[in-house]
Amino acid sequence: MTNVIQTEQLVKTYASGTNEVHALRGIDLTVAKGEFVAIMGTSGSGKSTLMNILGCLDTPTSGAYLLDGVRVDGLDKNALAAIRNQKIGFVFQGFNLLPRTTAIENVELPMLYDRSGQKRDTRALAAAALKRVGLGQRLDHQPSELSGGQQQRVAIARALVTSPALILADEPTGNLDTHTSIEVMALFQELNEQGITIILVTHESDIAVYANRIVEVRDGRIRRDEAVKNRRSAALDITRFQEVA
Amino acid sequence: MKSKTLIKLATQSIRKNKMRATLTMLGIIIGVAAVIVMVAVGYGARSRIRQQINNLGTNMIVITPGAAQQAGVSQGAQAFPNLSLKDVDKIRSESQYVSAVSPVIVSRTPVIGPAGNWRTTINGVDVDYSIIRDWQTTSGDFFSADDVRGNRKVALLGNTVAQNLFPDQDPVGAEIQIRNAIFKVAGVLSVKGQTASGSDSDDVVLIPYTTASQTLSGRTFIPQILASTANEQDIAAAQDEIHTLLFESHKADDFTVKNQADLAAAAESSTKVMTLLLAAIASISLLVGGIGIMNIMLVSVTERTREIGIRMAIGARGADVLTQFLVESIVMGVLGGLVGLALGIAGAKLVGHFTGWETVISPLIMLVAVGFSGAVGIFFGYYPARKAAALNPIQALRYE
Repeated sequence: MTNVIQTEQLVKTYASGTNEVHALRGIDLTVAKGEFVAIMGTSGSGKSTLMNILGCLDTPTSGAYLLDGVRVDGLDKNALAAIRNQKIGFVFQGFNLLPRTTAIENVELPMLYDRSGQKRDTRALAAAALKRVGLGQRLDHQPSELSGGQQQRVAIARALVTSPALILADEPTGNLDTHTSIEVMALFQELNEQGITIILVTHESDIAVYANRIVEVRDGRIRRDEAVKNRRSAALDITRFQEVA
Repeated sequence: MKSKTLIKLATQSIRKNKMRATLTMLGIIIGVAAVIVMVAVGYGARSRIRQQINNLGTNMIVITPGAAQQAGVSQGAQAFPNLSLKDVDKIRSESQYVSAVSPVIVSRTPVIGPAGNWRTTINGVDVDYSIIRDWQTTSGDFFSADDVRGNRKVALLGNTVAQNLFPDQDPVGAEIQIRNAIFKVAGVLSVKGQTASGSDSDDVVLIPYTTASQTLSGRTFIPQILASTANEQDIAAAQDEIHTLLFESHKADDFTVKNQADLAAAAESSTKVMTLLLAAIASISLLVGGIGIMNIMLVSVTERTREIGIRMAIGARGADVLTQFLVESIVMGVLGGLVGLALGIAGAKLVGHFTGWETVISPLIMLVAVGFSGAVGIFFGYYPARKAAALNPIQALRYE
């Protein structure tokens, strides 16, 4: 069984003036391929720092991190950029799409920064990814012409398009209403069932229950790591939601 | 990233901010247009002067009295009657390089013809004058060596004189009166146009120098000797030779030998200074335009911090971001340069149209102007682009 993520004693220490802030105090985390993990924690718990390191946006002070079998701690900025480009798909709370840029151009973007030299029809791949998230009819719409849920779907399509080893979603439902949040979670569940590994960072427990494993971080350490009991199906919840309405 | 993609990205972001990009480019546009117009006018003036000087004659050497010193004070040209016909003969017989030589005895006096009188310049010259100044007749013939030797009263009319004295007829064979003597018109000279100083070359009457010294001036000294060489390469050698020959007989440096290139250089130097000055002023506006680009690019980097964060998160390297912003400012510079070029060419045409000045737009200056505006883009775009590339993706993503 291949592990998408394997960390050993990840430590991150910031120097804040004369004080040292211990954001992470030794994290051992292993995520297998095909898992859907929710990382939970309050603000200040170290959850964001963990996410930044897992997303190769930041490097640990000490400890080892293997992403998709590749040792990534200690790599330089450019190598990390290449890893992010090929192995990770990001979905953010604020959608983070380029403004005044069409959906399909936004989804094409990661492929423009690809340095592996492979020849692809970036436009066709982008169109396929948008179709996969149910936006096949909205290719040439700009973010301002799309609803929040649709914008987040474009972001998910952008994360999917490079077929990454891991999708890292940082509070993806934080800016969405309940109904749209469940829709987005349904999409994540659907993608997970197709075999995509997803790490979801959230502080909402009713969103975390759509994952199949919850990891709770507090004070820079993992406090709880367990499978989700009573895992909910987002698709089913939508039908219930509609019945109530 | 492919260069095609880069340029696409840059033009995309310019298109998305049309108004701002246009205002940014305005500085460059005005700068380049100003450079083009100024230099076109300057070059036009220079080429006109060069043409006028070539009009004087080809390979011409001018010998004037002067540079005499008395008690250590230079008396200036033409203060003393230092040149004589002996000098002309000496140059003619002893010089290897000079192929034509002629004295010029100048006087200003009215000429009377059938249609009235006309005050003009009378030049007493030798037959070689026609060769030196490359000046032929349009009707009749240049006077002959016999005419010169025999002190004959024959005259050649410049076009302006011919038109004023003989408005309706061919003057060849007719008679005119200069002072108290009657001259026969031997021919009419071809049109030369204006001189570099703006006077009319065609407002002149040529007569044999022998006749001139006898009937008009009664003096033996010569205010000017003109000579020319068969080849352009010989001019400098001829100049030195003339200097040596005259120094031999004068035993003093009391004359000046100049060639046409010297005259041209003197006349051109003033327009060169003007052109340089104008170009300097225009360059300052290019500089200001460049600072405008830097300013906007800095604002743009701050404004697009989040975009930079997104790009970095999905795999853009610092170099990618740097190139993107740099290409953007270069595209703005070059685009501004091209628009400025078009406006400048139109402006130069308009100036030429309304003032009647000749304007010359050299391909070199067009290339330099557009190349320079691209360089301005690189120079002033580098710092903002560096700033963008140095952003930390985590902080950039959080930027509100």
